[in-house]
Amino acid sequence: METHLIQMYMRLANEFARTFDSLFHRIQSSMILKFILGLFWHLLHIAVSLVHIWSYVIQQLRCYIISSGLFAKYRNFSLSRLRYLAVIVDSQEAKHTAKIKQLLSWLSAIGVKHVALYDAEGVLKKSIDFGQTRLRDRSAGTCLDGDVNCVTSLCNYEEMSIELLSFTDGKEGIAKAASFLCSDYLKNDSDDCGRTETLFTEANMTKALKAVGYYGPEPDLLLVYGPARCHLGFPPWRLRYTEIMHMGPLKSMKYSAIVKALYDFSKKYQNYGS
Amino acid sequence: MELAFGRRDDHDREKRRPWVMDGCFIRVLSYSPMPRHIAFILDGNRQYAKKWNFTDGEIYQRGFCNLMSILRYCCEMGVEFVTVFAFSIDNFKRKPTEVQLVMDLVKEKMDAIIEDMNTVNDLDVRIKFLGRLTLLDESMRKAAEKLMAMTAKNKRLVVFVCLCYTSTDEIMHGVEGLWEEAKNNKGREKIANGLITAGDLEQKMYFANHPAPDILIRTAGETRLSNFLLWQTAFCLLYTPRCLWPELTFWHLVWAVLLYQRKYAYLEKITKRMCGFGVLLCQEHKKQIYSIYKVTLILLLKGGRSMVVESTCGGIEPKKSI
Repeated sequence: METHLIQMYMRLANEFARTFDSLFHRIQSSMILKFILGLFWHLLHIAVSLVHIWSYVIQQLRCYIISSGLFAKYRNFSLSRLRYLAVIVDSQEAKHTAKIKQLLSWLSAIGVKHVALYDAEGVLKKSIDFGQTRLRDRSAGTCLDGDVNCVTSLCNYEEMSIELLSFTDGKEGIAKAASFLCSDYLKNDSDDCGRTETLFTEANMTKALKAVGYYGPEPDLLLVYGPARCHLGFPPWRLRYTEIMHMGPLKSMKYSAIVKALYDFSKKYQNYGS
Repeated sequence: MELAFGRRDDHDREKRRPWVMDGCFIRVLSYSPMPRHIAFILDGNRQYAKKWNFTDGEIYQRGFCNLMSILRYCCEMGVEFVTVFAFSIDNFKRKPTEVQLVMDLVKEKMDAIIEDMNTVNDLDVRIKFLGRLTLLDESMRKAAEKLMAMTAKNKRLVVFVCLCYTSTDEIMHGVEGLWEEAKNNKGREKIANGLITAGDLEQKMYFANHPAPDILIRTAGETRLSNFLLWQTAFCLLYTPRCLWPELTFWHLVWAVLLYQRKYAYLEKITKRMCGFGVLLCQEHKKQIYSIYKVTLILLLKGGRSMVVESTCGGIEPKKSI
Protein backbone atom coordinates (compact mmCIF):
# COMPACT_ATOMS: atom_id res chain seq x y z
CA MET A 1 0.00 0.00 0.00
CA GLU A 2 2.79 2.41 0.99
CA THR A 3 4.75 1.61 -2.13
CA HIS A 4 1.66 2.22 -4.23
CA LEU A 5 1.15 5.65 -2.63
CA ILE A 6 4.79 6.57 -3.10
CA GLN A 7 4.61 5.58 -6.76
CA MET A 8 1.50 7.71 -7.20
CA TYR A 9 3.19 10.70 -5.60
CA MET A 10 6.27 10.24 -7.78
CA ARG A 11 4.10 10.13 -10.91
CA LEU A 12 2.25 13.29 -9.85
CA ALA A 13 5.52 15.04 -9.05
CA ASN A 14 6.93 14.11 -12.45
CA GLU A 15 3.77 15.41 -14.15
CA PHE A 16 3.96 18.72 -12.28
CA ALA A 17 7.66 19.02 -12.99
CA ARG A 18 7.07 18.46 -16.73
CA THR A 19 4.19 20.97 -16.82
CA PHE A 20 6.02 23.65 -14.92
CA ASP A 21 9.20 23.06 -16.84
CA SER A 22 7.52 23.74 -20.18
CA LEU A 23 5.61 26.66 -18.62
CA PHE A 24 8.86 28.01 -17.20
CA HIS A 25 10.54 27.73 -20.59
CA ARG A 26 7.61 29.44 -22.26
CA ILE A 27 7.69 32.22 -19.68
CA GLN A 28 11.45 32.55 -20.08
CA SER A 29 11.13 32.88 -23.87
CA SER A 30 8.21 35.32 -23.37
CA MET A 31 10.44 37.39 -21.05
CA ILE A 32 13.22 37.33 -23.60
CA LEU A 33 10.75 38.35 -26.29
CA LYS A 34 9.47 41.22 -24.14
CA PHE A 35 13.02 42.34 -23.52
CA ILE A 36 13.80 42.34 -27.23
CA LEU A 37 10.55 44.19 -28.04
CA GLY A 38 11.30 46.72 -25.31
CA LEU A 39 14.80 47.23 -26.66
CA PHE A 40 13.56 47.82 -30.20
CA TRP A 41 10.80 50.09 -28.91
CA HIS A 42 13.29 52.25 -27.05
CA LEU A 43 15.57 52.33 -30.10
CA LEU A 44 12.62 53.46 -32.22
CA HIS A 45 11.82 56.23 -29.78
CA ILE A 46 15.46 57.30 -29.66
CA ALA A 47 15.27 57.64 -33.46
CA VAL A 48 12.10 59.74 -33.07
CA SER A 49 13.85 61.92 -30.48
CA LEU A 50 16.76 62.44 -32.87
CA VAL A 51 14.33 63.54 -35.57
CA HIS A 52 12.72 65.96 -33.10
CA ILE A 53 16.12 67.34 -32.10
CA TRP A 54 16.94 67.89 -35.75
CA SER A 55 13.57 69.64 -36.33
CA TYR A 56 14.24 71.79 -33.27
CA VAL A 57 17.64 72.82 -34.62
CA ILE A 58 16.10 73.72 -37.99
CA GLN A 59 13.36 75.67 -36.22
CA GLN A 60 15.89 77.61 -34.11
CA LEU A 61 17.87 78.43 -37.24
CA ARG A 62 14.73 79.62 -38.96
CA CYS A 63 13.81 81.79 -35.95
CA TYR A 64 17.29 83.29 -35.97
CA ILE A 65 17.05 84.10 -39.68
CA ILE A 66 13.59 85.64 -39.23
CA SER A 67 14.71 87.75 -36.27
CA SER A 68 17.75 88.98 -38.22
CA GLY A 69 15.31 90.52 -40.72
CA LEU A 70 16.94 88.91 -43.75
CA PHE A 71 13.62 88.07 -45.38
CA ALA A 72 11.40 91.02 -46.15
CA LYS A 73 8.33 88.80 -46.40
CA TYR A 74 8.37 88.24 -42.61
CA ARG A 75 8.52 91.99 -41.98
CA ASN A 76 5.73 93.01 -44.35
CA PHE A 77 2.74 90.75 -44.38
CA SER A 78 -0.90 91.53 -43.99
CA LEU A 79 -2.82 90.73 -40.82
CA SER A 80 -6.16 91.75 -42.34
CA ARG A 81 -7.46 88.16 -42.23
CA LEU A 82 -6.64 87.83 -38.55
CA ARG A 83 -9.54 89.43 -36.75
CA TYR A 84 -9.36 87.29 -33.63
CA LEU A 85 -6.47 85.28 -32.23
CA ALA A 86 -6.71 82.61 -29.55
CA VAL A 87 -3.83 81.33 -27.46
CA ILE A 88 -4.02 78.07 -25.51
CA VAL A 89 -1.56 77.63 -22.69
CA ASP A 90 -1.00 74.49 -20.68
CA SER A 91 -2.29 75.11 -17.15
CA GLN A 92 1.04 74.30 -15.54
CA GLU A 93 2.76 76.87 -17.70
CA ALA A 94 -0.06 79.40 -17.28
CA LYS A 95 1.22 80.08 -13.75
CA HIS A 96 4.15 81.98 -15.28
CA THR A 97 2.27 85.25 -15.65
CA ALA A 98 5.41 87.14 -16.65
CA LYS A 99 5.75 84.91 -19.70
CA ILE A 100 2.07 85.38 -20.55
CA LYS A 101 2.41 89.16 -20.36
CA GLN A 102 5.52 89.05 -22.51
CA LEU A 103 3.62 86.99 -25.09
CA LEU A 104 0.79 89.52 -25.08
CA SER A 105 3.27 92.38 -25.52
CA TRP A 106 4.72 90.66 -28.55
CA LEU A 107 1.28 90.08 -30.02
CA SER A 108 0.43 93.73 -29.44
CA ALA A 109 3.69 94.81 -31.10
CA ILE A 110 2.84 92.71 -34.16
CA GLY A 111 -0.56 94.39 -34.41
CA VAL A 112 -3.01 91.85 -33.03
CA LYS A 113 -6.09 93.58 -31.58
CA HIS A 114 -8.22 90.84 -30.05
CA VAL A 115 -6.91 87.83 -28.16
CA ALA A 116 -8.61 84.98 -26.30
CA LEU A 117 -6.38 83.36 -23.68
CA TYR A 118 -7.38 79.86 -22.70
CA ASP A 119 -6.11 77.38 -20.17
CA ALA A 120 -8.09 74.31 -19.20
CA GLU A 121 -8.02 74.73 -15.42
CA GLY A 122 -8.76 78.46 -15.31
CA VAL A 123 -5.37 79.38 -13.81
CA LEU A 124 -5.20 82.51 -15.96
CA LYS A 125 -8.58 83.72 -14.70
CA LYS A 126 -7.44 83.37 -11.09
CA SER A 127 -3.86 84.54 -11.30
CA ILE A 128 -3.38 87.05 -14.07
CA ASP A 129 -3.71 90.68 -13.22
CA PHE A 130 -3.60 93.29 -15.90
CA GLY A 131 -2.91 96.13 -13.49
CA GLN A 132 -5.12 99.14 -14.14
CA THR A 133 -7.52 97.36 -16.44
CA ARG A 134 -10.71 95.95 -15.04
CA LEU A 135 -12.29 92.59 -15.58
CA ARG A 136 -15.79 92.92 -16.84
CA ASP A 137 -18.24 90.31 -15.64
CA ARG A 138 -20.58 88.08 -17.53
CA SER A 139 -23.58 90.36 -17.42
CA ALA A 140 -22.04 93.42 -18.97
CA GLY A 141 -19.52 94.36 -21.56
CA THR A 142 -19.35 94.51 -25.29
CA CYS A 143 -18.54 91.90 -27.80
CA LEU A 144 -16.64 92.58 -30.96
CA ASP A 145 -19.92 92.72 -32.88
CA GLY A 146 -21.50 95.10 -30.44
CA ASP A 147 -23.86 92.72 -28.67
CA VAL A 148 -24.19 92.90 -24.91
CA ASN A 149 -24.35 89.96 -22.47
CA CYS A 150 -21.83 88.03 -24.42
CA VAL A 151 -18.43 87.86 -22.78
CA THR A 152 -17.06 85.89 -19.91
CA SER A 153 -13.96 87.73 -18.73
CA LEU A 154 -12.80 90.63 -20.83
CA CYS A 155 -10.10 93.15 -20.20
CA ASN A 156 -7.81 95.50 -22.00
CA TYR A 157 -4.08 95.20 -22.09
CA GLU A 158 -1.63 97.14 -24.23
CA GLU A 159 -4.35 98.26 -26.66
CA MET A 160 -5.65 94.74 -27.10
CA SER A 161 -8.86 93.27 -25.81
CA ILE A 162 -8.15 90.05 -23.91
CA GLU A 163 -10.73 87.40 -23.23
CA LEU A 164 -9.93 84.81 -20.55
CA LEU A 165 -11.44 81.37 -21.04
CA SER A 166 -11.28 77.99 -19.36
CA PHE A 167 -12.72 74.49 -19.73
CA THR A 168 -16.03 75.47 -18.13
CA ASP A 169 -16.63 78.04 -20.88
CA GLY A 170 -16.66 75.25 -23.44
CA LYS A 171 -18.85 72.19 -23.02
CA GLU A 172 -20.59 73.39 -19.86
CA GLY A 173 -21.38 76.69 -21.57
CA ILE A 174 -23.00 74.82 -24.44
CA ALA A 175 -24.93 72.66 -21.96
CA LYS A 176 -26.26 75.81 -20.26
CA ALA A 177 -27.26 77.23 -23.64
CA ALA A 178 -28.99 73.94 -24.49
CA SER A 179 -30.83 74.08 -21.18
CA PHE A 180 -31.82 77.69 -21.88
CA LEU A 181 -33.12 76.78 -25.38
CA CYS A 182 -35.12 73.80 -24.18
CA SER A 183 -36.60 75.56 -21.15
CA ASP A 184 -37.55 78.52 -23.33
CA TYR A 185 -39.45 76.27 -25.73
CA LEU A 186 -41.03 74.33 -22.87
CA LYS A 187 -42.41 77.57 -21.44
CA ASN A 188 -43.88 78.56 -24.79
CA ASP A 189 -45.61 75.94 -26.88
CA SER A 190 -44.32 72.40 -26.96
CA ASP A 191 -47.18 70.84 -28.86
CA ASP A 192 -46.16 71.80 -32.37
CA CYS A 193 -44.11 68.73 -33.39
CA GLY A 194 -43.30 70.00 -36.86
CA ARG A 195 -41.32 72.93 -35.45
CA THR A 196 -38.38 70.91 -34.12
CA GLU A 197 -36.23 71.50 -37.19
CA THR A 198 -36.83 75.23 -37.15
CA LEU A 199 -36.39 75.48 -33.37
CA PHE A 200 -33.04 73.77 -33.02
CA THR A 201 -30.87 75.56 -35.48
CA GLU A 202 -27.29 76.65 -35.06
CA ALA A 203 -28.39 80.28 -35.24
CA ASN A 204 -30.70 79.74 -32.25
CA MET A 205 -27.90 78.05 -30.36
CA THR A 206 -25.68 81.05 -31.01
CA LYS A 207 -28.40 83.33 -29.62
CA ALA A 208 -28.76 81.06 -26.58
CA LEU A 209 -25.00 81.19 -25.99
CA LYS A 210 -25.19 84.98 -26.08
CA ALA A 211 -28.12 84.96 -23.66
CA VAL A 212 -26.29 82.80 -21.09
CA GLY A 213 -23.05 84.73 -21.52
CA TYR A 214 -20.92 82.08 -23.20
CA TYR A 215 -20.75 83.57 -26.66
CA GLY A 216 -17.59 84.83 -28.26
CA PRO A 217 -16.26 85.25 -31.77
CA GLU A 218 -14.62 82.36 -33.54
CA PRO A 219 -10.84 82.77 -33.62
CA ASP A 220 -9.18 82.70 -37.01
CA LEU A 221 -5.97 81.28 -35.57
CA LEU A 222 -5.22 79.28 -32.45
CA LEU A 223 -1.70 79.09 -31.07
CA VAL A 224 -1.12 76.15 -28.73
CA TYR A 225 1.63 76.50 -26.14
CA GLY A 226 2.08 73.16 -24.45
CA PRO A 227 3.67 69.74 -24.72
CA ALA A 228 1.18 68.34 -27.23
CA ARG A 229 -0.81 69.55 -30.20
CA CYS A 230 -4.36 69.41 -28.85
CA HIS A 231 -6.93 72.06 -28.11
CA LEU A 232 -7.48 71.02 -24.46
CA GLY A 233 -11.23 71.62 -24.52
CA PHE A 234 -11.34 75.09 -26.13
CA PRO A 235 -15.04 75.99 -26.58
CA PRO A 236 -16.17 73.68 -29.38
CA TRP A 237 -18.72 76.12 -30.79
CA ARG A 238 -15.88 78.54 -31.56
CA LEU A 239 -13.43 76.16 -33.17
CA ARG A 240 -15.08 75.17 -36.45
CA TYR A 241 -12.69 76.60 -39.01
CA THR A 242 -9.90 77.82 -36.76
CA GLU A 243 -6.35 77.09 -37.88
CA ILE A 244 -4.50 75.36 -35.04
CA MET A 245 -0.74 75.76 -34.77
CA HIS A 246 1.40 74.12 -32.16
CA MET A 247 4.12 76.43 -30.83
CA GLY A 248 5.83 74.17 -28.30
CA PRO A 249 6.27 74.86 -24.59
CA LEU A 250 5.65 78.42 -23.33
CA LYS A 251 9.05 78.58 -21.63
CA SER A 252 10.81 78.40 -25.01
CA MET A 253 8.50 80.79 -26.88
CA LYS A 254 10.12 83.07 -29.41
CA TYR A 255 8.95 86.26 -31.09
CA SER A 256 10.12 85.06 -34.50
CA ALA A 257 8.13 81.82 -34.11
CA ILE A 258 4.98 83.90 -33.63
CA VAL A 259 5.87 85.98 -36.68
CA LYS A 260 6.30 82.80 -38.72
CA ALA A 261 2.99 81.39 -37.48
CA LEU A 262 1.15 84.58 -38.41
CA TYR A 263 2.90 84.69 -41.79
CA ASP A 264 1.95 81.06 -42.51
CA PHE A 265 -1.62 81.87 -41.50
CA SER A 266 -1.73 84.83 -43.88
CA LYS A 267 -0.89 82.44 -46.74
CA LYS A 268 -3.58 79.86 -45.86
CA TYR A 269 -6.55 79.33 -48.10
CA GLN A 270 -9.83 77.92 -46.83
CA ASN A 271 -12.70 76.77 -49.00
CA TYR A 272 -15.06 76.02 -46.04
CA GLY A 273 -16.09 72.67 -47.44
CA SER A 274 -16.98 73.81 -50.94
CA MET B 1 -0.61 50.01 -59.86
CA GLU B 2 -0.15 50.84 -63.52
CA LEU B 3 -2.94 53.13 -64.61
CA ALA B 4 -4.05 54.43 -67.95
CA PHE B 5 -1.32 56.42 -69.70
CA GLY B 6 1.35 54.58 -67.65
CA ARG B 7 0.92 56.63 -64.48
CA ARG B 8 2.41 55.20 -61.34
CA ASP B 9 2.16 56.58 -57.84
CA ASP B 10 3.06 55.79 -54.27
CA HIS B 11 0.69 52.85 -53.96
CA ASP B 12 3.12 50.67 -55.87
CA ARG B 13 5.75 51.06 -53.17
CA GLU B 14 3.20 50.12 -50.53
CA LYS B 15 2.33 46.90 -52.31
CA ARG B 16 5.98 45.87 -52.65
CA ARG B 17 6.66 46.07 -48.88
CA PRO B 18 6.56 42.59 -47.32
CA TRP B 19 3.71 42.14 -44.86
CA VAL B 20 6.11 40.62 -42.33
CA MET B 21 7.66 44.04 -41.82
CA ASP B 22 4.29 45.47 -40.85
CA GLY B 23 3.75 42.71 -38.31
CA CYS B 24 7.21 43.21 -36.77
CA PHE B 25 6.75 46.95 -36.49
CA ILE B 26 3.36 46.57 -34.93
CA ARG B 27 4.71 44.09 -32.36
CA VAL B 28 7.41 46.58 -31.41
CA LEU B 29 4.95 49.49 -31.22
CA SER B 30 2.57 47.44 -29.06
CA TYR B 31 5.14 47.39 -26.28
CA SER B 32 3.63 50.71 -25.18
CA PRO B 33 -0.05 51.76 -25.06
CA MET B 34 -1.58 51.86 -28.51
CA PRO B 35 -4.32 54.27 -29.53
CA ARG B 36 -7.74 52.78 -29.25
CA HIS B 37 -9.55 55.20 -31.55
CA ILE B 38 -8.14 57.02 -34.57
CA ALA B 39 -10.10 59.58 -36.59
CA PHE B 40 -9.28 60.63 -40.15
CA ILE B 41 -10.10 63.71 -42.21
CA LEU B 42 -9.57 62.63 -45.80
CA ASP B 43 -8.20 65.85 -47.24
CA GLY B 44 -6.23 66.40 -50.43
CA ASN B 45 -8.10 64.22 -52.94
CA ARG B 46 -8.65 67.02 -55.43
CA GLN B 47 -5.05 68.21 -55.12
CA TYR B 48 -3.93 64.64 -55.78
CA ALA B 49 -6.17 64.47 -58.85
CA LYS B 50 -4.55 67.67 -60.20
CA LYS B 51 -1.06 66.34 -59.42
CA TRP B 52 -1.53 63.02 -61.21
CA ASN B 53 -4.14 64.05 -63.79
CA PHE B 54 -6.93 61.89 -62.44
CA THR B 55 -10.56 62.53 -63.16
CA ASP B 56 -12.92 63.16 -60.25
CA GLY B 57 -14.33 59.64 -60.43
CA GLU B 58 -10.89 58.02 -60.47
CA ILE B 59 -9.59 60.03 -57.53
CA TYR B 60 -12.44 59.11 -55.23
CA GLN B 61 -11.98 55.44 -56.15
CA ARG B 62 -8.28 55.80 -55.34
CA GLY B 63 -9.14 57.53 -52.09
CA PHE B 64 -11.47 54.67 -51.19
CA CYS B 65 -8.76 52.07 -51.94
CA ASN B 66 -6.39 53.89 -49.65
CA LEU B 67 -9.07 53.99 -46.97
CA MET B 68 -9.33 50.20 -47.14
CA SER B 69 -5.56 49.87 -46.76
CA ILE B 70 -5.53 52.22 -43.78
CA LEU B 71 -8.39 50.30 -42.14
CA ARG B 72 -6.45 47.09 -42.58
CA TYR B 73 -3.38 48.62 -40.92
CA CYS B 74 -5.53 49.94 -38.07
CA CYS B 75 -7.02 46.48 -37.62
CA GLU B 76 -3.55 44.91 -37.48
CA MET B 77 -2.45 47.50 -34.94
CA GLY B 78 -5.31 46.53 -32.68
CA VAL B 79 -7.14 49.83 -33.06
CA GLU B 80 -10.74 49.26 -31.98
CA PHE B 81 -12.47 52.33 -33.41
CA VAL B 82 -11.83 54.27 -36.59
CA THR B 83 -13.79 57.37 -37.54
CA VAL B 84 -13.77 58.64 -41.08
CA PHE B 85 -15.02 62.06 -42.13
CA ALA B 86 -16.55 60.95 -45.40
CA PHE B 87 -18.89 63.84 -46.20
CA SER B 88 -19.60 67.09 -44.40
CA ILE B 89 -22.87 69.02 -44.50
CA ASP B 90 -20.71 71.88 -45.81
CA ASN B 91 -19.67 69.71 -48.77
CA PHE B 92 -23.16 70.09 -50.21
CA LYS B 93 -21.93 73.52 -51.35
CA ARG B 94 -19.70 71.80 -53.92
CA LYS B 95 -20.67 71.35 -57.55
CA PRO B 96 -23.76 69.09 -57.81
CA THR B 97 -21.89 66.73 -60.15
CA GLU B 98 -19.11 66.26 -57.61
CA VAL B 99 -21.59 65.73 -54.77
CA GLN B 100 -23.45 63.15 -56.86
CA LEU B 101 -20.17 61.41 -57.69
CA VAL B 102 -19.30 61.00 -54.02
CA MET B 103 -22.82 59.82 -53.15
CA ASP B 104 -22.79 57.32 -56.02
CA LEU B 105 -19.43 55.97 -54.87
CA VAL B 106 -20.64 55.59 -51.29
CA LYS B 107 -23.81 53.83 -52.48
CA GLU B 108 -21.81 51.56 -54.78
CA LYS B 109 -19.48 50.54 -51.95
CA MET B 110 -22.38 50.02 -49.54
CA ASP B 111 -24.11 47.74 -52.04
CA ALA B 112 -20.88 45.85 -52.71
CA ILE B 113 -20.32 45.25 -48.99
CA ILE B 114 -23.94 44.15 -48.48
CA GLU B 115 -23.52 41.62 -51.28
CA ASP B 116 -20.26 40.32 -49.85
CA MET B 117 -21.14 40.25 -46.15
CA ASN B 118 -19.07 37.15 -45.49
CA THR B 119 -15.82 39.06 -45.93
CA VAL B 120 -16.90 41.80 -43.54
CA ASN B 121 -18.18 39.32 -40.99
CA ASP B 122 -15.00 37.24 -41.24
CA LEU B 123 -12.99 40.37 -40.53
CA ASP B 124 -15.41 41.12 -37.67
CA VAL B 125 -15.85 44.74 -38.71
CA ARG B 126 -18.83 46.79 -37.64
CA ILE B 127 -19.88 49.78 -39.71
CA LYS B 128 -21.88 52.65 -38.29
CA PHE B 129 -23.03 55.68 -40.24
CA LEU B 130 -23.23 58.82 -38.15
CA GLY B 131 -24.63 62.16 -39.18
CA ARG B 132 -27.86 63.72 -40.34
CA LEU B 133 -28.76 60.79 -42.57
CA THR B 134 -32.13 62.38 -43.35
CA LEU B 135 -30.22 64.55 -45.84
CA LEU B 136 -29.41 61.45 -47.92
CA ASP B 137 -31.81 60.11 -50.49
CA GLU B 138 -34.01 57.21 -49.44
CA SER B 139 -32.14 54.42 -51.20
CA MET B 140 -28.86 55.46 -49.60
CA ARG B 141 -30.42 55.79 -46.20
CA LYS B 142 -31.98 52.32 -46.45
CA ALA B 143 -28.69 50.82 -47.63
CA ALA B 144 -26.89 52.47 -44.71
CA GLU B 145 -29.44 51.19 -42.21
CA LYS B 146 -29.24 47.70 -43.70
CA LEU B 147 -25.45 47.68 -43.52
CA MET B 148 -25.48 48.87 -39.92
CA ALA B 149 -27.99 46.17 -38.96
CA MET B 150 -26.05 43.42 -40.74
CA THR B 151 -22.75 44.29 -39.07
CA ALA B 152 -24.19 45.12 -35.65
CA LYS B 153 -22.77 42.03 -33.96
CA ASN B 154 -19.20 42.47 -35.15
CA LYS B 155 -16.74 43.71 -32.58
CA ARG B 156 -13.12 43.60 -33.67
CA LEU B 157 -13.11 46.95 -35.42
CA VAL B 158 -15.88 49.56 -35.41
CA VAL B 159 -15.77 51.98 -38.32
CA PHE B 160 -17.74 55.19 -37.86
CA VAL B 161 -18.44 56.73 -41.24
CA CYS B 162 -19.48 60.35 -40.76
CA LEU B 163 -21.87 61.17 -43.58
CA CYS B 164 -23.68 64.52 -43.69
CA TYR B 165 -21.96 65.33 -40.44
CA THR B 166 -20.73 68.45 -38.74
CA SER B 167 -19.88 68.80 -35.09
CA THR B 168 -22.21 71.74 -34.55
CA ASP B 169 -25.02 69.73 -36.12
CA GLU B 170 -24.17 66.87 -33.78
CA ILE B 171 -24.46 69.21 -30.80
CA MET B 172 -27.87 70.38 -32.07
CA HIS B 173 -28.87 66.74 -32.47
CA GLY B 174 -27.98 66.29 -28.80
CA VAL B 175 -30.11 69.29 -27.85
CA GLU B 176 -33.00 67.87 -29.89
CA GLY B 177 -32.60 64.59 -28.01
CA LEU B 178 -32.89 66.41 -24.67
CA TRP B 179 -35.92 68.27 -25.97
CA GLU B 180 -37.62 65.01 -27.05
CA GLU B 181 -37.04 63.59 -23.58
CA ALA B 182 -38.41 66.72 -21.94
CA LYS B 183 -41.55 66.55 -24.11
CA ASN B 184 -42.09 63.05 -22.72
CA ASN B 185 -41.68 64.46 -19.19
CA LYS B 186 -38.26 62.93 -18.69
CA GLY B 187 -35.72 65.37 -17.31
CA ARG B 188 -38.15 68.28 -17.53
CA GLU B 189 -37.25 69.46 -14.05
CA LYS B 190 -33.59 69.31 -14.85
CA ILE B 191 -34.11 71.53 -17.88
CA ALA B 192 -36.44 73.90 -16.06
CA ASN B 193 -33.86 74.35 -13.27
CA GLY B 194 -30.95 74.71 -15.71
CA LEU B 195 -29.26 71.57 -14.40
CA ILE B 196 -28.37 70.03 -17.75
CA THR B 197 -24.70 69.09 -17.81
CA ALA B 198 -22.26 68.44 -20.64
CA GLY B 199 -22.56 64.74 -19.81
CA ASP B 200 -26.34 64.81 -20.34
CA LEU B 201 -25.89 66.50 -23.71
CA GLU B 202 -23.15 64.06 -24.68
CA GLN B 203 -25.46 61.11 -24.06
CA LYS B 204 -27.74 62.35 -26.85
CA MET B 205 -25.01 62.97 -29.42
CA TYR B 206 -23.98 60.63 -32.23
CA PHE B 207 -20.87 59.45 -30.44
CA ALA B 208 -22.61 58.74 -27.13
CA ASN B 209 -21.05 55.87 -25.16
CA HIS B 210 -18.11 55.56 -27.52
CA PRO B 211 -14.57 56.48 -26.55
CA ALA B 212 -13.20 59.76 -27.83
CA PRO B 213 -10.46 59.64 -30.44
CA ASP B 214 -6.86 59.33 -29.28
CA ILE B 215 -5.40 60.64 -32.53
CA LEU B 216 -6.97 62.78 -35.25
CA ILE B 217 -5.13 62.66 -38.55
CA ARG B 218 -5.83 65.29 -41.19
CA THR B 219 -3.88 64.96 -44.41
CA ALA B 220 -2.71 67.65 -46.85
CA GLY B 221 -1.00 69.60 -44.07
CA GLU B 222 -4.19 71.45 -43.10
CA THR B 223 -4.32 72.45 -39.48
CA ARG B 224 -8.02 73.03 -38.88
CA LEU B 225 -10.76 70.65 -37.73
CA SER B 226 -13.38 71.89 -40.24
CA ASN B 227 -16.27 71.27 -37.85
CA PHE B 228 -15.31 67.65 -37.19
CA LEU B 229 -15.38 66.08 -33.72
CA LEU B 230 -14.92 69.46 -32.01
CA TRP B 231 -16.59 68.10 -28.86
CA GLN B 232 -14.71 64.79 -28.71
CA THR B 233 -11.17 65.94 -29.51
CA ALA B 234 -10.51 67.97 -26.36
CA PHE B 235 -7.56 65.79 -25.34
CA CYS B 236 -6.85 64.15 -28.66
CA LEU B 237 -3.50 64.41 -30.39
CA LEU B 238 -3.79 66.27 -33.69
CA TYR B 239 -1.47 65.07 -36.41
CA THR B 240 -1.34 66.81 -39.77
CA PRO B 241 1.03 65.15 -42.23
CA ARG B 242 1.73 67.05 -45.43
CA CYS B 243 0.91 64.09 -47.67
CA LEU B 244 -2.41 64.04 -49.50
CA TRP B 245 -5.02 61.46 -48.51
CA PRO B 246 -4.23 58.89 -51.25
CA GLU B 247 -0.55 59.20 -50.24
CA LEU B 248 -1.14 58.31 -46.59
CA THR B 249 0.80 55.14 -45.86
CA PHE B 250 1.51 52.66 -43.10
CA TRP B 251 4.58 54.71 -42.10
CA HIS B 252 2.49 57.82 -41.47
CA LEU B 253 0.32 55.73 -39.16
CA VAL B 254 3.40 54.38 -37.40
CA TRP B 255 4.70 57.93 -36.95
CA ALA B 256 1.33 59.06 -35.58
CA VAL B 257 1.37 56.20 -33.07
CA LEU B 258 4.94 57.02 -32.05
CA LEU B 259 3.98 60.67 -31.44
CA TYR B 260 0.96 59.51 -29.45
CA GLN B 261 3.12 57.23 -27.30
CA ARG B 262 5.51 60.08 -26.60
CA LYS B 263 2.63 62.25 -25.37
CA TYR B 264 0.60 59.46 -23.78
CA ALA B 265 1.60 60.25 -20.20
CA TYR B 266 0.74 63.94 -20.62
CA LEU B 267 -2.59 63.25 -22.33
CA GLU B 268 -3.53 60.68 -19.67
CA LYS B 269 -2.65 63.10 -16.89
CA ILE B 270 -4.59 65.99 -18.32
CA THR B 271 -7.60 63.83 -19.16
CA LYS B 272 -7.73 62.53 -15.57
CA ARG B 273 -7.30 66.03 -14.18
CA MET B 274 -10.08 67.52 -16.28
CA CYS B 275 -12.49 64.62 -16.26
CA GLY B 276 -11.93 63.41 -12.67
CA PHE B 277 -9.69 60.61 -11.50
CA GLY B 278 -11.43 57.28 -12.00
CA VAL B 279 -14.35 58.92 -13.77
CA LEU B 280 -13.46 59.42 -17.41
CA LEU B 281 -16.32 61.26 -18.97
CA CYS B 282 -14.45 61.82 -22.17
CA GLN B 283 -12.16 58.91 -22.85
CA GLU B 284 -11.33 55.32 -22.09
CA HIS B 285 -7.74 54.21 -22.35
CA LYS B 286 -6.33 50.82 -22.38
CA LYS B 287 -3.67 50.51 -19.72
CA GLN B 288 -1.26 47.66 -19.64
CA ILE B 289 -0.57 46.34 -16.21
CA TYR B 290 1.72 43.56 -15.45
CA SER B 291 1.07 41.49 -12.45
CA ILE B 292 3.80 39.39 -11.01
CA TYR B 293 2.95 36.61 -8.72
CA LYS B 294 4.79 33.76 -7.20
CA VAL B 295 3.58 30.29 -7.28
CA THR B 296 5.26 28.23 -4.65
CA LEU B 297 4.74 24.61 -4.84
CA ILE B 298 6.36 22.40 -2.35
CA LEU B 299 5.92 18.79 -2.59
CA LEU B 300 7.17 16.89 0.26
CA LEU B 301 7.44 13.35 -0.51
CA LYS B 302 8.86 10.54 1.22
CA GLY B 303 12.50 10.58 0.17
CA GLY B 304 12.75 14.43 0.37
CA ARG B 305 11.78 15.74 -3.12
CA SER B 306 10.67 19.34 -3.14
CA MET B 307 10.21 21.91 -5.79
CA VAL B 308 9.75 25.63 -5.70
CA VAL B 309 8.54 27.31 -8.84
CA GLU B 310 8.37 30.97 -9.51
CA SER B 311 6.41 32.16 -12.35
CA THR B 312 5.74 35.56 -13.74
CA CYS B 313 2.82 36.33 -15.94
CA GLY B 314 1.67 39.39 -17.85
CA GLY B 315 -1.88 40.48 -18.29
CA ILE B 316 -3.68 43.34 -19.91
CA GLU B 317 -6.62 44.97 -18.22
CA PRO B 318 -8.55 47.82 -19.75
CA LYS B 319 -9.12 50.90 -17.63
CA LYS B 320 -12.88 51.21 -17.39
CA SER B 321 -14.80 54.41 -17.65
CA ILE B 322 -17.72 55.13 -15.35
